[in-house]
Parts: sequence; structure tokens; C-alpha cells
Amino acid sequence: MNNIQKNRWKDQVFKFWGIFCTVIGLVLLTIFIGDILIDGIRRIDWDFITDLPSRKAENSGIYTALMGSIWILALTTIIAFPVGVAAGIYLEEYAKNNKLAGLLEINISNLAGVPSIIYGLLGLEVFVRIMNLGASVLAGSLTLSLLILPIVIVSTREAIKAVPQSIKDASFALGASKWQTIWHQILPASGGGILTGVILALSRAVGETAPLIVVGALAYVPFVPQSPMDEFSVMPIQIFNWISRPQAGFIENAAAAIIILLGITFIMNGIAVYFRNKWQKKWK
Amino acid sequence: MEITMENPKKKGVVLDSIVDTSLKKTPKIETKNIKVWYEEFNAIKGISMSIKPNTVTAFIGPSGCGKSTFLRLFNRMNDYVDGFSLEGKIKINGQNIYKKNVNVEELRKEVGMVFQKPNPFPKSIFDNVAYGLKIQGIKDKQLINDRVISSLKQVGLWEEVKDDLKKSGLALSGGQQQRLCIARTLAVEPSIILMDEPTSALDPISTAKIEELIFQLKQKYTIVIVTHNMQQASRISDYTAFFYLGELIEFNKTKNIFTNPEKKQTENYITGRFG
Ligand SMILES: Nc1ncnc2c1ncn2[C@@H]1O[C@H](COP(=O)(O)OP(=O)(O)OP(=O)(O)O)[C@@H](O)[C@H]1O
Ligand SMILES: [Mg+2]
Repeated sequence: MNNIQKNRWKDQVFKFWGIFCTVIGLVLLTIFIGDILIDGIRRIDWDFITDLPSRKAENSGIYTALMGSIWILALTTIIAFPVGVAAGIYLEEYAKNNKLAGLLEINISNLAGVPSIIYGLLGLEVFVRIMNLGASVLAGSLTLSLLILPIVIVSTREAIKAVPQSIKDASFALGASKWQTIWHQILPASGGGILTGVILALSRAVGETAPLIVVGALAYVPFVPQSPMDEFSVMPIQIFNWISRPQAGFIENAAAAIIILLGITFIMNGIAVYFRNKWQKKWK
Repeated sequence: MEITMENPKKKGVVLDSIVDTSLKKTPKIETKNIKVWYEEFNAIKGISMSIKPNTVTAFIGPSGCGKSTFLRLFNRMNDYVDGFSLEGKIKINGQNIYKKNVNVEELRKEVGMVFQKPNPFPKSIFDNVAYGLKIQGIKDKQLINDRVISSLKQVGLWEEVKDDLKKSGLALSGGQQQRLCIARTLAVEPSIILMDEPTSALDPISTAKIEELIFQLKQKYTIVIVTHNMQQASRISDYTAFFYLGELIEFNKTKNIFTNPEKKQTENYITGRFG
């Protein structure tokens, strides 16, 4: 066998290995979603979405958990989006070559790998106890913001890095200041990438359970939060709670709630993909 | 059409004489014993030269001899380069442009630059040309409109694009893009235009158009152009500077450089014996 044949053979082997892995992943995912759908789809109706939780499975709904998740999502966006994007811009455009930035960079990459429960412990200590926010929506959102900040920062930096130097040069050469160049050239050109990163990070936040349990989110709340200082529950915790009940009715509820949670994440990821494609077309 | 362009937001000290319109007609560049380092590497080794107003000066020399480095000193584009350091004086209109309190943004409105690869913004043709005015805080729609049209006319692009000013600048051909970039530079009304190999990425017809344009622009602007094309240098420039290994070997009227060079190295280079 000569070299070319050998390479071609390697190509083939690698190709089949790739297909095999993809198929395995897809099959498992399909089985999982199919199973959940069979268990839960019949349970989903308007009442299920608007009912408060109850001791009886057939009267229970996800209203408070859904509202809790929406509250958490909204507050986390408000906190993490500006802070993360600003930090990304600073690190990429202003602090590129100083030592502090190097140190920060390593730390941020490491933070992205820290288990989420550790963030929960940090949130419990800092937000719930020291800042005395209690087990509130605000404390939960701050904790989740910390959790997703590294992702937002890293994806902002990646998006900014993709803007060609020639565009920045042209802007500076016309007399634009650094800030004007960031505002008029860099941000519009990297907006799609930044938004995609932020939405993907948020869709991770909406599925997080552990850190919120540590912070003190409730498993059973008979009311919807009215302000950032109220106690709350979220979808994953509600699901967790139902799954640990012995009655078959609650298992069905859990499956139905999982379908809705999956739906929310799919929609968010869909929006992210939409933004990415739209921006790519515009800026090509 | 004479429009004053006072930027209401400008900060720091402006190069007074640059804004002064009486001196605007006689800008010139003067360098004294310029040395440049990139970290430890000595890229420019002590160059003094003076460039006359309303002339085209060509920088020639083999790759890596420091032409771009030297050119980019005039609008301070090397400022962001890591490890860059400078010794010596550069005066534009008699003002030292590397003095501490010089406003670099103001300087760059006076000293425009066109790059090797056409680099239009990913914006419409109109917005590309209007960009320099908008960042100065100019809001007057009529003024912006007029300036965009006159700039596009100056570079001979108006007839080609007047019906689709909303089209992306990136949708133009390479040669059109480069003329758009020149129009963008003209719109802020500089008095000096720096060009770093502006035609090296273009076909012969586009190149000819840009050479013709440079010839016309000389009436109003002082132009410094880096080129690897000897015919181009001899066609369009009044003065030619030959650089070699960070030094200015010879600087004279283009006619003299090409017909009767004083230095052997210059002669060898322009006749293609090395470089
Ligand atoms: N950013 C930089 N960092 C370090 N060294 C640099 C940098 N830019 C240029 N140099 C070095 O300085 C010298 C002069 O470079 P310059 O780009 O000015 O040459 P040039 O004459 O324009 O060449 P060319 O004709 O290829 O464009 C070269 O040896 C180059 O390697
Ligand atoms: Mg060069």
C-alpha cells in the first residue's frame, strides 16, 4: 500500500468513526426525547401551565416555577449581559498586553470550568448571608450571573477578535477614537457573535439546579414572585421535586415539565442560531 | 466649496497651524534624524527628509527596508504596535506631531491614509464615505450629502454607484473598493494622503485609474506613496526616495533618480539587479 492509499484508507476510517459517533448521539437523544414525550405530552394543557403546585398530582401546575424561571432569566440577563460584554471589550481592546489582563484571562478560563455547585456556595455566603439578600430571586440571579459571566466574557472576546484589523486601522486612520471605533465598527461587526454567546449562556442558566438549591430556592412555592426580593422556585427544581415523589401522577407531571423546559432551551438556541445567521449574511 | 470643519467635541491641544486654513495650503513633512525600534530591532536608522507641498513622493526599496514603518509615522499609526519606540522629530506644518499634547485624532483628519488591501467598512457605500464626518459629530445632512457626492465624484466612482449608494461597499469590485477607500479619505478633507502600495492588489485597468486619480489629487493634496512598481513610481511621482535596510540611500527628483542616480545601490535596485 503506498502513502496515498494509506491516507485515503485513514480518511475512510475516520469518516465512518465520525458518522458512527454522530448516529449514537442522535439515537440516544431521540430515545430520550421520545420517552419523555410519551410520558408527558398528554399532561400538557393550558391548566398545567397556569395552575399552582398542589398536593394532588392532577391539580398541580408549573405556573410558579415557570414564572420563577422567567424572573431569574430576566434578572440574570440584566446583570450578566452588560457586565460580561463590558469586561470582554475591556480585556480584548484595552488591556490586551498588560500582566493583569494575562492573569485575569487564565482565571476566567478556569472559572468557566468550576462546578456550578461551588458558585452556589459562593452565592449563599456572599449574596444570601453577607449582603443579606435572603433566598431571593435577586440572590439567585446574581449567583447565576457569576456562573455564566465567564462564558459571556469569553464569547464576547472571540466575537471581537474575529473583526479584521484592517477595519480598525481604517477607522483610526479617519480620525476615530478608540471608543468610536469600538462603538461604530467593532460592536456592529461582532454583535451577532456576542448575542449568540449571551443567549447560549442564558440557556445554560435556565437549566441550572444545584446552585439555586444551595442558595435556597424553594421546592414548593404557592405564589409567584412579585419583586426581586421574593422567594422563588424554578423549573428544574420543580421537576426534581416531582420526580422524587412515588406517585405515578407526579412522574407524569415531571415529564411534562421537562418537555416545556426543553422547549424553552430549544427556542433560545434557535434564536441564537437565527442571530448568528442573520449577522453573518449582513457582514459578509 | 470651503467648509470649515471645527469638531465641537475635540479635546486636548490641536495642531493649530493644521486647522489654520492659510497654512493648510502649504503643508509639508519634515523629519529629523528619525530612528525607530521594534523591541530591540532597529527598523529605521536615522532618516532626515523633507517633503514639499502639492507633490507626489514615492517611497521605493526592497521588502522589509522600512518604507511602511516610515510612512506610518506621519499619521502615528505605529502607536499601537507592541514594542514600538521612536527617536527624532517629525514636523507637519512645522508642528512636532509626537509632542505630548498632540491630539492624534485631529492629526489623522489632516493626514489621511489608504491601505494596501482595499478595506471598506461592512456598511453601505454612502456610510463608508460619510463615516469620517459622522465621527466628528457633524449632523448636517446636507453637508454630509454634498461631501459624499463630491468625494465620490473626485475618485470617479459617482457615475458607477450613484444609483445604489445603499449597497454594501463590500459588493464592489476590488478596484472600485480601493477608489471608495480613497473617497472616504478625501471626505474628511485632509491635506496629506499616505498610500501604502495602494494598487498592489489591483488589476492593470484599476491601477491606471488610480494613478490618474493620484495625478489629479496632487493639485490639492500632498501625497506620499509606497510602491514596488518602478514604472508606477516614475510615472506618477515628482520625488522618489530609495530606502535600504532602514536607511534613506537617495532622495531626489524622480527624473534624476531614474535617469541619473547618484548611488550605485539605487541604480542596481531600479534596474532590477537586486531587491
Ligand atoms: N509590528 C512589527 N513588529 C516587529 N517588527 C516589525 C513590525 N513591523 C515591521 N517590522 C520589521 O521592520 C522592518 C521594516 O518593515 P516594513 O513593514 O516597514 O517594511 P517595508 O519596507 O514596508 O516592506 P514591504 O515592502 O514588504 O511592505 C522589517 O524588517 C519588519 O520585519
Ligand atoms: Mg510595506
